[in-house]
Amino acid sequence: MAQITLKNLAHSYFPNPKSDNDFALKEMDHVWDDGGAYALLGSSGCGKSTLLNIISGLLRPSQGRVLFGDRDVTDAATAERNIAQVFQFPVVYDTMTVRENLAFPLRNRGMDAAYIAARVQAIAKMIGMEDNLKRKAQGLTADAKQKISLGRGMVREDVNAILFDEPLTVIDPHMKWELRTQLKQLHQEFRHTMIYVTHDQTEALTFADKVVVMYDGRVVQMGTPEELFETPAHTFVGYFIGSPGMNLLDAKIDGNRAHLQGAEVSLGAAYGPIKGRTQIGIRPEYAVLTAGDGLPVVIKRVEDVGRHRLVRAETMGQPLNIIAPEGMSIGTDLTHVSFAPQKINVFADDWRVGGAA
Amino acid sequence: MDKTQNNTAWFLVLPVLVVVAFSAIIPLMTVVNYALNDTFGNNQFFWVGLEWFEEMVTSSRLHNALGRQVLFSGIILAIEVPLGIFIALNMPKKGFWASLCLVLMALPLLIPFNVVGTIWQIFGRVDIGLLGHTLAALGIDYNYTNDSLDAWITVVVMDVWHWTSLVALLAYAGLQSIPQAYYQAAKIDQASRWAVFRFIELPKMKGVLLIAILLRFMDSFMIYTEPFVLTGGGPGNSTTFLSIDLVKMAIGQFDLGPAAAFSLMYFLVILLVSWVFYTVMTNLDRQESK
Repeated sequence: MAQITLKNLAHSYFPNPKSDNDFALKEMDHVWDDGGAYALLGSSGCGKSTLLNIISGLLRPSQGRVLFGDRDVTDAATAERNIAQVFQFPVVYDTMTVRENLAFPLRNRGMDAAYIAARVQAIAKMIGMEDNLKRKAQGLTADAKQKISLGRGMVREDVNAILFDEPLTVIDPHMKWELRTQLKQLHQEFRHTMIYVTHDQTEALTFADKVVVMYDGRVVQMGTPEELFETPAHTFVGYFIGSPGMNLLDAKIDGNRAHLQGAEVSLGAAYGPIKGRTQIGIRPEYAVLTAGDGLPVVIKRVEDVGRHRLVRAETMGQPLNIIAPEGMSIGTDLTHVSFAPQKINVFADDWRVGGAA
Repeated sequence: MDKTQNNTAWFLVLPVLVVVAFSAIIPLMTVVNYALNDTFGNNQFFWVGLEWFEEMVTSSRLHNALGRQVLFSGIILAIEVPLGIFIALNMPKKGFWASLCLVLMALPLLIPFNVVGTIWQIFGRVDIGLLGHTLAALGIDYNYTNDSLDAWITVVVMDVWHWTSLVALLAYAGLQSIPQAYYQAAKIDQASRWAVFRFIELPKMKGVLLIAILLRFMDSFMIYTEPFVLTGGGPGNSTTFLSIDLVKMAIGQFDLGPAAAFSLMYFLVILLVSWVFYTVMTNLDRQESK
């Protein structure tokens, strides 16, 4: 096990990348601590899988270095890196039985037969396939096959890291919960470094200690779920985390006040002069409908989503989502919206700007 | 009313019946007719029952041709299938070179059979052929027209040249359909090159390979044109395969009765082998999906 360091790393699938746009991964420095449980979150095509394949050695980065501990492994083959990886779609060896599938990575490393048998039994129990060990892997359902893939990823105890590339996409929801819990348990027990790629924020937030959000080939923020929620470093994080995402309103910032087409909103902090497009961001959870305080608002639609109600509205010509607690009556008297000043984030050209309290 | 409808239905089926009758049933029944009768001039037929069949079943001439045929099919399958897989594994996966390879591989398949025979007939000649002349210049005693072993080698090499591409192209198609994730997972699992072939590539190619084997078996079992042009079945009878023997019997000697019996049995053998193949294939499929 080792800390994984990415130094000046960048990757392009083109042989001679010219502009920034040719890079699937923009230049980055990143450290994955030994034993951490990370979720790598981002929309499709933002470079998550590319990053994973570079760490496991399936792909050689076009620039930069990959370090395991102090060892430079940039040019080392996948086998040397001793990494386990589980892919989005199940990969099983059709002609082998379930048992042989699970034992395959251990056999290839020449492990002792008794150890293999014990280890396979333990993993089979974890993925709930003890009764099917003698079966041929071909003809199993997609989620059974994916469980085998997961099992093969976890069967080795001495790996440097386990990488999961959206492993639960094909698994049914009930089993998802169970497997995710088991992965978490496994992590607590063995302390493997785990990197879990997903575009499902619930999955990311429940699995990981630290969530890494990627956008357009860049790591835009790494932090705890709470940090991502309260102080997103980039508008993408604000928009991507949360359901619905953060409201973003174009505004001019002047000290500790924001001006929206004449209306004024007080901020929790004071800001110096800011260049570029400025926006304020407020979570729907922290916007409150009032009878007179704050910005004028026009309610378009109210959706009941169970635990609370979601108000789709418009303020100063810009769309706004508000979460209203259950039981609150939404009448025609509610014509304004107020924001909790401490919860307002300020963004300049999509990046968060810190203010002085 | 019902009756009218039925008649219309029959009428609509009629074209199919006519086509099938003329294309298959009537010609086949003609052969059956010849197989059960002895014929003389003026279309006189004398019923002989199964006599021709008995004669053919016990004929050492037919036994020898069948032996040569089985040996030939066995040899070319043993060469073409592994060679085709080997070529497919080593072909470029994409880009310009992949397209070029595909075109070059497809070329032999597009050449008419008698042209293939002619090409090798000339190619192997000791006096003017590039191959024959070169071998002679190297001091190798090679002459496919009077040495049976040389004739066999030439016929086999010709068939390998002509048909290995088919196996290679089918195997290549099978390989192309394997998702990249399988190879990536194999790398992660530290599988050896052999294990990748044995556990990923071979199982995924199995379907197309069975089809390739079936096609190559049937084609080689019925081979006629190429060896006929190349060696004419000689020297002696050494490359006289079933079809060549059949034509010699039917057209060369005008023994229509025995030839008809022979061709019916030939047909049944091919039908039988294909059926066995089909059954084995479907059984394999069923076993796996259990």
